[in-house]
Amino acid sequence: MTRLPDFHAAKWDEPVIYEIGRQGARGQIFDAPEKRVADAVGTDLIPHAMSRKDTPDLPEITEFEAQRHFLHLSQMTLGMMGISLFGTCTMKYNSKAAEFATLRPELAEVHPFQHPDTLQGVLEIIHDFDGILQNLSGMDQFIFQAGGGADAAYTMATVARAYWADKGMLGQRTEMVTSVQAHPCNPATAAAAGFDVVNLPLEENGYPYLEALKAAVSEKTALIMINNPDDMGIYNPEIKEWTRIAKEAGALCFYDHANFNGVMGKLSARELGFDACMFMLHKTFGAPKAGGGPAVGAFGCTAQLAPYVPGPVVVKEGDSYILDEDRSKSTGKVREYWGNVPQVVKAYAWARAMGAEGINLASDISVVANNYMDKKLAEIPGLEISNPDNGAWRMEMTRWSLGPLTEETGVSTVHFANRMADYGIDPYWMSHEPWIVAEPFTPEAGELWSKEDIDTWIAVIAKIAKEARENPDMVKSAPHNQPVAQAKGDAFEDPAKWAMTWRAYQRKVIGDETKKGVA
Amino acid sequence: MTERDLSHPWMANSAPGALKAMMDEIGVSSPREVFQQIPEDHFRTTPLDLPPQLSSELALRRDLVGKLKKNGDCETNLSFLGAGVWQHHVPAVVDEIVGRTEFATNVWGSYQSDHGRNQAWFEFSSQLGALLNLEVVQLPVYSWGCAIGHAIRMAARITGRSKVLLPRLSDPERLSVIRTYCKPEGMAGRIEIVLVDADPTSGRMDLNDLKSKLGSDIAAVYFENPAYLGTIETEAAEIAQAARAVGAETIVGVDPISLGVMTAPGDYGADIVTGPVQPLGVHMQCGGGAGGWIASRDEETYVTQYNGFLVSIVETIQEGQHAFGLACPHQNSYGMRENGNDWTGNSTYLWAIAGAVYMSLLGPQGFQEVGTLIVSKARYAAKKLDAIPGVKIVWPDTTFKEFVVNFDDTGKSVAEINDALRGQGIFGGKDISGEVESLGQSALYCVTEIHSADDIDRLVDTLKEIVQ
Repeated sequence: MTRLPDFHAAKWDEPVIYEIGRQGARGQIFDAPEKRVADAVGTDLIPHAMSRKDTPDLPEITEFEAQRHFLHLSQMTLGMMGISLFGTCTMKYNSKAAEFATLRPELAEVHPFQHPDTLQGVLEIIHDFDGILQNLSGMDQFIFQAGGGADAAYTMATVARAYWADKGMLGQRTEMVTSVQAHPCNPATAAAAGFDVVNLPLEENGYPYLEALKAAVSEKTALIMINNPDDMGIYNPEIKEWTRIAKEAGALCFYDHANFNGVMGKLSARELGFDACMFMLHKTFGAPKAGGGPAVGAFGCTAQLAPYVPGPVVVKEGDSYILDEDRSKSTGKVREYWGNVPQVVKAYAWARAMGAEGINLASDISVVANNYMDKKLAEIPGLEISNPDNGAWRMEMTRWSLGPLTEETGVSTVHFANRMADYGIDPYWMSHEPWIVAEPFTPEAGELWSKEDIDTWIAVIAKIAKEARENPDMVKSAPHNQPVAQAKGDAFEDPAKWAMTWRAYQRKVIGDETKKGVA
Repeated sequence: MTERDLSHPWMANSAPGALKAMMDEIGVSSPREVFQQIPEDHFRTTPLDLPPQLSSELALRRDLVGKLKKNGDCETNLSFLGAGVWQHHVPAVVDEIVGRTEFATNVWGSYQSDHGRNQAWFEFSSQLGALLNLEVVQLPVYSWGCAIGHAIRMAARITGRSKVLLPRLSDPERLSVIRTYCKPEGMAGRIEIVLVDADPTSGRMDLNDLKSKLGSDIAAVYFENPAYLGTIETEAAEIAQAARAVGAETIVGVDPISLGVMTAPGDYGADIVTGPVQPLGVHMQCGGGAGGWIASRDEETYVTQYNGFLVSIVETIQEGQHAFGLACPHQNSYGMRENGNDWTGNSTYLWAIAGAVYMSLLGPQGFQEVGTLIVSKARYAAKKLDAIPGVKIVWPDTTFKEFVVNFDDTGKSVAEINDALRGQGIFGGKDISGEVESLGQSALYCVTEIHSADDIDRLVDTLKEIVQ
């Protein structure tokens, strides 16, 4: 019998930072300019029209008060300090050795416009990591400019634009084809880049019919964007047919490799027929997520597409590394500079620490652990696996439904997630839009978590399902052991109540009319 | 290899027997069996060929540090590089807080389990809003250039127009990103970018040229204050007024570290404001400290056009208690896919926490002091450099922390001068020769609070010798 944690979150009842401190309190002091500086330049330095007259309304607190305040806030952030089997995000240990390496001045205090002679170390790491990703995918070139997975999808859309413009066919190749369960970033970035989005529905086997793809692609198709396996844990066994059919229609094929953890070392995007792919370094490759970035979507492509990628590209010339910006066919930048470099270094560190044998073992563990978890979840009444007729072992994550339990008890997947935190377990990932099964949740064990962790997680799920039957109101009003109670959601959609700054809050809710601003 | 050899510090189930215990439970004898969905001919034909595994932290550290030490950095060297990435003082407490594992590892829980992080996010927006005199601040997107791109697309949606005016003297790095966001010629929904000339005597926007290009087809005017080449836009209110007169939005880019001494953009008519987060306590990190925020007044017209995360303070079901969560969450691409406002995803939210800590440490007096210090030192440097024979400051006495130094009369190129400086442990300003033809051999120098008067004198003395 697994013992459940008797947990209570830190509850500091921490004021908003504006509510602490006192007039004149200081957290940082800057000395006045040296005398010879002041004597030379005087004090009237900002043109009158642009010289600030008011005093910005900022907190006045000491250095210690700032430290204590934000430490309290960090302690009121569960942040994977419990057990987080957060599907689609592949929770990993984020190496402190790698983190500390990137905090050294040799990386933290480096400017991207330094002469390349002074950048050889970091360029070598980027170049070597490019090689590692080439080996994992079969692609010919990786770049790291994209600031996340969605940005890498956007990069693909812009590369496709440049490619078709170069062929003189931008006016003809106007469509992007994807599936309704592809991550929202694929249709959203393609649309923002100017393509019309064609969404293929799922069929009973869990993926769109090949016939539907054949009907959707044509001389108008610029590209397809597809993930595989999907978030249900289903692998599309027709994927080689997909790339063949899309290419016959002339389209480019982009592999959203968000769900790489279960297939790393097993598949090669190139061998499956893709022209380009994306890896999320803050997921599969062990860089931290940091609550939503800085992240990296590593974009890789074949030599055919390489001329179109955003610059600069790190290139080895003889014994030295350079930043190649002279690329006439490049689509232009998707972001300034060459990427979130510390995260690239951390991902390089992950790949080096794991090695080929570690990476192969990790995908084995991820898929075995998920199926172990599926077996245990199936024993809990009220839970239902997605695509129940597909009896095959799932990949590294599985979409589950709480539908039957919700029907029986009224406890929804949102209630359920809120209650999980009461046991020190990070609320699970439910599903991207649209919800394909009722009341979804999507666990992913990955290679980090122990069998004991997984057993504890399952036991908590079983316990909450039991609570939902015995005391549904308690679950619906959860959490009860967290820093705060449930938020009242109505204000989020109400212009009269939402307040994105303390000043707006003072004006709207407290009724302080001295606060400037327009209602 | 024995099973024992595979045990790895980052994988609990790599310990001997752990994987097998799970396989026994589900009734498979080999891991390969659970991959049954993948057809045999889909498996890669070539085994992985990666550099040797470094599972020992000691070996990994040796590799990482050994490589990184080949870099030259701006602590060992004296650097005057800026142009979008600037060397500023990062208080130690900021490093401690952003290094907290809870902040580094969290992803997305409930508003209760993420409470501390969400409060820190709200405090970022609140304090930045106070510097800007605006009431809505979105959490930072990937970079300043990306923020400008989104802001322009917001303005295009709000006005239903598809042409924007930008300064000719724009940062080519940001401009390249903006062009990407505005889409190429021949693409549906393209936003046309028209460049407005600069007044050659001041570097500021030429108002006559601006007015000649403003019309009922213009969605927005964008300018920066201080601008790419360091100049302060004194006629900001006139620009905003002229834009408003034709129904166009005014989008401004500001450097937040200037706002203790420079007028808040909310006070001169800016509708949408963007800027970099990096000056607010984020290390340069080869450009990996980039992040860009977007702000506006609290009006539905603007609020409903944001693409990312807006964090609102709300009540909880417990009397007198607050929580923090996302306002208007259904308008972004997570909720609306291709019908949302642009797109969103992982961004640079850790830097919002850095910014929150930084702004709370400085307070109103700290921002006033650091702004004064920066502008004083930059002017001092400019004056001293201008006194070197052959060296001249292009727009003296009109800049904040960056300024253009012209070397035409030295007979040397910026590349030659920077090579010589580097030999003396100094990184000269960014070489902008070729970016603007009329500026000849010029470099963009950046001076901040980290430069002492001695540092500046050392640059001046070294340059004197080089250009002699």
